[in-house]
Amino acid sequence: MLDSATDGSNSKSMSIIVTKGTLDWAYPPFILGTTGAAMDMDVTMFFTFYGLGLLKKDMNLKLSTLGNPAMEMPMMGKHMAMPNIIGGLPGADKGVTAMMKSMMAKKGVASIEDLREAAVESEVRLIACQMTLDLFEIKDTDLIDGVEIGGAATALEVAGKTDINYFM
Amino acid sequence: MADQTLDAKGLNCPLPIIKAKKALKGMSASEILAIESTDPGSVADFAAFCRQTGNELVSSEQSGDVYNFEIKKS
Repeated sequence: MLDSATDGSNSKSMSIIVTKGTLDWAYPPFILGTTGAAMDMDVTMFFTFYGLGLLKKDMNLKLSTLGNPAMEMPMMGKHMAMPNIIGGLPGADKGVTAMMKSMMAKKGVASIEDLREAAVESEVRLIACQMTLDLFEIKDTDLIDGVEIGGAATALEVAGKTDINYFM
Repeated sequence: MADQTLDAKGLNCPLPIIKAKKALKGMSASEILAIESTDPGSVADFAAFCRQTGNELVSSEQSGDVYNFEIKKS
């Protein structure tokens, strides 16, 4: 980035492979991506499989307690986990998603929409996986503006040049 | 005396850092940005941010629940 080139600081670069598209898993890549850009790093994010949903214009991220025994929500001073048999009931995902979103808003945690906007603003390079577009029949017009399309070779070329590589 | 002030109270990681970076972008070299935060993690994070970006962390203090930082733009 221009900033780091002119202020003489130690410029680093980072690439992140983003493979998951649930509300909880959307956070780590976008938090690190936007923070890296704020720290003058050149950041590239490669979205593949379910991660590709995070580039859709219309993003309605959801959460499920199913198969996630580590998930405990704070409730009335305690922590509560949801048994799979309850988490599988109709409406359970919707309820837990709403609960998580309201908890995040209350605690000043940014929404994924805001973090994604910050990523675009700070010129994070966003690459959508071509194979995933084909596989799930997603049109590039369904994605936000400014997204590049690429494949495994594109992702690896970037990864080979960056100081930090994450797979999430 | 700060040239600009950023109220990041109530915001959680990584918003104080992102908003600070945005504010610094619009400032000139040697100007000072004062930040107020309530995120305890921001103490370590602003130190790391400054080490990485080359901006100078002039002060980092706590008063009650609020953390005050002053960053001098490089």
